Amino acid sequence: MIMFHREETKDAKISAKEAEGGGFVFSRFIFHHFDFALRSTPVGQRKPSSFIFLLPALLFLAVFFFLPLARILALSLDASVLTSENLLRAFRVFRFTFYQASLSTLLTFLLGLPAAVLFARFDFRGKSLLRALTAVPFMLPTVVVAAGFNALLGPRGWVNLAFSSLRNTQHATLEPFPFIGTISAILVAHVFYNTTIVIRIVGNALAHLDPRLEQAARTLGASPFRVWTRVTLPLLRAPILAAGLLVFLFDFTSFGVILLLGGPQFSTLELEIYIQSMQFLNLPMAALLSLIQLLCTLAFSILYTRVTTRALVPTAPKPSTARPPKSLREKIFVTAFCLLLSAFFILPLLSLPLRSLARLEADLGQRGQVTYGLTADYYRELFVNRRGSVFYVPPIEAARNSLGYAAATVALSLALGFPAASALTRPNRLTKLLDPLIMLPLGASAVTLGLGYIITFNRPLITDYWSLNTGHWSLLTSPLIVPLAHTIIALPFVIRTLQPALASIPERLRHAAAILGASPLRVWQTVDWPIISRAVLAAATFAFTVSLGEFGAASLLARPDFPTLPVAIARFLSQPGGLNYGQAMAMSTILMSVTLVGIILIERVRLPGSGEF
Amino acid sequence: MLTLTNITKSYEHQPLLIGVSFSMDAGETVCLLGASGSGKSTLLRIIAGLESPEAGRVLWDGADLAPTPPHARDFGLVFQDYALFPHLTVFDNAAFGLRMRNLPKSEIQKRVAEVLDAVNLRGFESRRVTDLSGGEQQRVALARALATRPRLLMFDEPLGALDRSLKEDLLNELRAILHRTDIPAIYVTHDQEEAFAIADRILLLHEGTIVREGTPAQVWNDPQSAWAARFLGVGNVIEGKFRIHAKRSEFRIGKVETPFGIFEIHCEHGHVDGDYVALLLKPSAGGTRIQAEVEDVLFNREQFKVTLRGGLVVQLDEAPKVGSEISVAFRAECLGHA
Repeated sequence: MIMFHREETKDAKISAKEAEGGGFVFSRFIFHHFDFALRSTPVGQRKPSSFIFLLPALLFLAVFFFLPLARILALSLDASVLTSENLLRAFRVFRFTFYQASLSTLLTFLLGLPAAVLFARFDFRGKSLLRALTAVPFMLPTVVVAAGFNALLGPRGWVNLAFSSLRNTQHATLEPFPFIGTISAILVAHVFYNTTIVIRIVGNALAHLDPRLEQAARTLGASPFRVWTRVTLPLLRAPILAAGLLVFLFDFTSFGVILLLGGPQFSTLELEIYIQSMQFLNLPMAALLSLIQLLCTLAFSILYTRVTTRALVPTAPKPSTARPPKSLREKIFVTAFCLLLSAFFILPLLSLPLRSLARLEADLGQRGQVTYGLTADYYRELFVNRRGSVFYVPPIEAARNSLGYAAATVALSLALGFPAASALTRPNRLTKLLDPLIMLPLGASAVTLGLGYIITFNRPLITDYWSLNTGHWSLLTSPLIVPLAHTIIALPFVIRTLQPALASIPERLRHAAAILGASPLRVWQTVDWPIISRAVLAAATFAFTVSLGEFGAASLLARPDFPTLPVAIARFLSQPGGLNYGQAMAMSTILMSVTLVGIILIERVRLPGSGEF
Repeated sequence: MLTLTNITKSYEHQPLLIGVSFSMDAGETVCLLGASGSGKSTLLRIIAGLESPEAGRVLWDGADLAPTPPHARDFGLVFQDYALFPHLTVFDNAAFGLRMRNLPKSEIQKRVAEVLDAVNLRGFESRRVTDLSGGEQQRVALARALATRPRLLMFDEPLGALDRSLKEDLLNELRAILHRTDIPAIYVTHDQEEAFAIADRILLLHEGTIVREGTPAQVWNDPQSAWAARFLGVGNVIEGKFRIHAKRSEFRIGKVETPFGIFEIHCEHGHVDGDYVALLLKPSAGGTRIQAEVEDVLFNREQFKVTLRGGLVVQLDEAPKVGSEISVAFRAECLGHA
C-alpha cells in the first residue's frame, strides 16, 4: 500500500550513521519556549482578532503537521503491527531509551548542580564568559557536537592519535581509548548538551533564593550541610524537577548524538524509528514506535508544565546573592570547577577546527612519504567531485543546498508566523484556544515528523490532478519537502519571538501617529516596523540557523543528490579514510562557524530588544 | 553575657560601623535605634555570626565567638519579613531548631505546643505558613526563635511590615513574653515609638557609632545632640550663634542669638564666643517669649499641634486661629555644635 520510492531509500540508507537527530532542534525550541515564557508576558491591547490572520498558519499545520501525525497514528494501530513480538521489541527499545535518558540526566545533574552553585553563589573573573560557553553546545547542531567529540576522542581524534604515536604503533585503527561507539560517548555528549539547562533553571532559582531563609536555618542551629539538605534543596524542588524533566525529555528524544556517537546498536526510540523506516522499510513498526515516542513526550511535557506552574521559590529583594569566594575551601572549589568546566566545554569545540586543519595520518591509499602538519586540503577537497566519493556532486553543494533550504524556511516561517503572531497578540477566546495548538510542534520529534512525511506525501496530494499533469511528481521527492519540515519546526519559535514585540506596541502610539496625519501604511512604517524589526531579525536568524543545523527530519527526507550540510557531515563521518574524516571536520567547522555567528546575532539583537520594549 | 568591643565594618568601601562597643545584662532588652542604613541590621548579623567584623570582637561571658559558627552560637534571630520556611508547616517551622538539636520527638511536641501557646497560635500547627496573615507569620517567626530557648534573642525590625494597631498589640505581647522568659534581647528598629515601648535601654546608632545610650526616659529628656533630638522628635531644634557672657563665663552660662530671639543657656560643652550651636526649645512658662503668626493648626487627639511662622511647633490645648499672632514662652537647652 505504501508506494515508497525504493531507489531513493536504498541510497538514503547507506548507513544508519549518517542521520542526525531531532534532539537538537526539538530541545532548542522547548528551551527557548521556556526562556520566553519567563521573560515576556504579552499583553494585548488591540481589537478582537481576525481569524483570517491565523488561517494560513493553521492550514499549514493541518497539512504538514497534524495530517502526518494522524497518518502515523492510523498506521501504528494497524492489526498487523500489534503483534506480541513487535510490542515486546518496542518495549525493549522503550526500556533502553528510558535507561539511557535517566543515566544521562543523573550525570548532567552531577556536573550541573555544582556548576549552578558556582554561578549562583560566586562572583569571579570571566564568569559571564564561562556561563556563555556552557550555553554554546545547546545551540549547536548535533552533527557539530558529534564531530567535535570525534575530533577529540574518536579513533582519528587528537587523543587517540597522540597516544598511538607515543606507542609507535602502525595500526592507527587500534584505539588506546575507545570512546565513539560506547555508551560513555552518548552520556558525555548528553551532559555536554544539557548542563546549561541545570545551570540556567536551578542556578537562577538559587541565585534569587532569599538568603535569609538559609541564614534563619543557621541561627536555628543547622550546620551548612543540614541547611543544604533541609532548606535549600527542598526549596529548589520545583526548579530541580523542572530542569530534570527537561533534561530527561531531551535525552529521551535524542537522535543525532546516539546515531553518530553511539551507533545503531544503541537502539533508542528515535534511532529505531529511523532504522525501521530507512533500513527495513517497516513503516508500520516505525509508526508504532513514533506513537510511543509521542505519548511519552506528551506525558513529560504535561508533567513539566504542572511543575513549572506550581513552582514556589521565595526570592530575595536583591537581584543576586553572588559574592567573591572568601575561604580557602571556596577558592579551591571555584578555581577547580572553573577549570573543569572550561576544559569540558572548550576541548571538543576547539579540537574540531584544529583537526580540520591538521593532517595527522596518511589518506586512504596514499603511499610513500606523508607530510604531516597544517593543511587546507580538507577544505579544498570539498569543491572536488571525486569518482568513488560518497556524493555525485562536489561536497560543497551540500552547503549550497542547506543555504537554499534555510532561506526558504526563513521566508515561509515568517510569511506564516507574522500574521499568526499579530493575531495572537490580541487575546480572546479563540486565540487562547489556538495558541497551544500552534505551539504543539515544539513537542514532536523531527524524526517522527520525517516519518510522517514519508507516510503522507509519498504520492501526490491530489492524485489525479498531479499525476495527469506532472507524471510521477510527488512532494516527497521534491527538494521542497525539507524546508516544509523545517518551517513546522521553526514556526513556534518565530511566533513566540514576534509576539511580545508586536504586543509591546501600545495602540495609543498608532492612534497618535494617525491623528498626526499618518496613513495606515505610514503608521506601519514609522511605528510598527522600527519597534519590531529587531524581533523579526532574531526570528529570521533563528529559523535560518535551525534549518541549517537540523538533521533528524533531513536525514529521512533529503534526497541523496540534494544532501543538507548535516546529512553530508554524517555521511562523511560514517565513511572510512582520513580524507573523508578530514572533510567531515572541515564541513562541521564551517557549520559551527555559521551557527555561532547566528547565535551571536540573535543574542545581540535580542538582549537590548527584550529590555527596551 | 554579650559584650561587643570596637566592632568595625564597612560596606562597599564606605564605613558602616565604626568601633561599636556595648555589653548587656541578664534579662535585659536593649534596643538599637537608628535610621535605615545606619548599620543596625549588619550589627545583628555580626552578633549572629552571619557576617564577620573587620575589627573588634563579639564576646560571650568573656570568650571570643569568632571561631563559633552561627549554628553553634545558640542565638535566636527574628528576621525582617520573618524568613519563614515556605515548604514547611507552622509546626515544622517552629520545630526546625529543635530538630537541628536532635531532641526526642516527645520533647519537640511539648516545646512546640508551649511556644505556639505563648504566641496564641494553638491550632495552627498544620497550616501552611504561606497562607497566614502578616501578624500570624510574625508570631510563627517568634515561636520558631523562642522554641530553642536561645541564650540571646535578636529582632531585626520585626514589626516593620505590619499595620499600626496590629503593631501595638504584638509589641505588648512581645514585651510580656520577653519579661516572662527572661531571655536577654536585642531589638533593632527605626521606629522610636517601638523602641520606647519595648526597651529597657536604648542605643542610638548614627553614622556608625552609638551617639546616645540610656533608658527611654533618659534618652527622651536629654537627647544630647541635634541629630538625636530631631530623630526622636523631641521638640523644636534651632540653630544660633553663641555669645559668651563675660561676667558669667565661669558658670558656663551664655546667650545664643537665633532668628527667633536670644535664649539663655547653661551648658558644659565649653563653647567659645561665635560658635554655632544647636538648641532644643521646649515650651516653659519662665522662658523667652516669642511672638509669632500661626501658620497651621493640626488636630492631634488630646491637643492641637500648632505650627508658627518660622517652623516652631507647640502643642496647645485650644486651637488658635490660623493667621493670628500668639505668644509662647520657650526654654532652651544646648545640644552642642551645630
